[in-house]
Amino acid sequence: MKPIETKKDYQNYVDKKTPNSPIGLNILKAFIVGGIICLIGQFISDALKNMGLEQEAASAITSISLVFAGIFLTAINVYSKIGKFAGAGSIVPITGFANSIASPAIEFKSEGLVLGVGAKLFQVAGPVLVYGIGSSIIVGILYFLFAGKVS
Amino acid sequence: MANKKIGKQTVKLSNPVSISTTYSIVGKKEGDGPLAKYFDIILEDEYWGEKTWEKTEAKIVKECVAGCLGKEKLSNDDIDFMLSGDLLNQCVSSSFGIRERQIPYYGLFGACSTFVEALSLGSMLIDGQMADNVLCSTSSHFCSAEKQFRFPLELGNQRPPSSQWTVTGSGTALLKATGQGPFITHITTGKIVDMGIKDANNMGAAMAPAAVDTLYQHFQDTSRGPSYYDLILTGDLGYIGKEITIELLESRGYNVKNNYNDCGVLMFNKEKQDTHSGGSGCACCATTFCGYIFNQLQAKKLKRVLLCATGALMSPTTAQQNESILGIAHAVSIEI
Repeated sequence: MKPIETKKDYQNYVDKKTPNSPIGLNILKAFIVGGIICLIGQFISDALKNMGLEQEAASAITSISLVFAGIFLTAINVYSKIGKFAGAGSIVPITGFANSIASPAIEFKSEGLVLGVGAKLFQVAGPVLVYGIGSSIIVGILYFLFAGKVS
Repeated sequence: MANKKIGKQTVKLSNPVSISTTYSIVGKKEGDGPLAKYFDIILEDEYWGEKTWEKTEAKIVKECVAGCLGKEKLSNDDIDFMLSGDLLNQCVSSSFGIRERQIPYYGLFGACSTFVEALSLGSMLIDGQMADNVLCSTSSHFCSAEKQFRFPLELGNQRPPSSQWTVTGSGTALLKATGQGPFITHITTGKIVDMGIKDANNMGAAMAPAAVDTLYQHFQDTSRGPSYYDLILTGDLGYIGKEITIELLESRGYNVKNNYNDCGVLMFNKEKQDTHSGGSGCACCATTFCGYIFNQLQAKKLKRVLLCATGALMSPTTAQQNESILGIAHAVSIEI
């Protein structure tokens, strides 16, 4: 091997030396676990509707149940293990959102309720909220302007 | 007139400094690793009876210093200087760990190169006849480091194969002007090396060029080849950084394949302990040396060791501002 002189050559060399994550396997695991979480959600929703609830109420209770499950599993140190196995499969569903809020709450409890939990609660979920809510407002304005009416 | 300096970056001590005693404390995971039997204390959990990880890390420093002094039956008054540092903001583990001890103290920051930085400066203080007994210490804690540099522990995410595992623990060494050795004979102080790596999940690759730079300069300055040493040991480059170091040194004319290793590689069982590219953190080099290597030197199984601790000089803010990770490496020759 010739001595490496430039940063660019070194970056290329490091890229070759660094093993990649097993993308195919990770996608498969994410698909299966993510699918199972959604299946559980669908099951809760259908069961509630069978019991006579309206779609809207059933959806709300399903979300609440899954968020609770996500936080509960985070608190008992299980969600991080699921996340390590499933990757995006457990990050994307609403349980992952719950995990991203519960985990900083646990972590920063030691800095107190105001500057710890209060300030850091949205450390991970903050960007998702900012850009999620922001983009839905933009889409809402566009819908109002071009699709005509607000029902 | 600097008559102890040889070559560009190396100091040859006129009176080699004796490493009199070492003490090491590690966490549970390190205690499950292959070096377990060499550590003085292995913790059973990540808290050790404290309420926060930061308090735990300070307690680890406190007890490690106490253990080191206890082995030699020395008191605070016997120590001329203490040199210590860690990864947490403003080096709080070190300062809170020794706040009750009335020992003149210098806080150091060299990231994970801190242990050898402390040995270097401590040796120079002694060889310069400014001290007889100097304590050198450093620490890191997996949980407090993750909290400061990455994500909350309970967040469910994946680590890439190149990521490393911060070692929980502390290593303390007592340097003396006279003694039985092993002795620190040469010190090569590293320069900041920036090869443009920005991936915080690939610290080994970011720091390896610094290790190569310092090792190369050490061989040049001392006219010693790698074969002079029984073991050349870097601090926390891990598997990827180790491989890069071997290849880059070979490209610059030095073959270290047979007698080179890395503390991050030695610390864990890669397959069984799920530590990806190996151990990292200030304590990686410090506990490996204070536990395993010091034992081997005393047993005369190793006679000449070149210890080269590697550090990544960066903060979460510089990383977010898209700056590269700066590497540094300091080396000391330890001989019996």
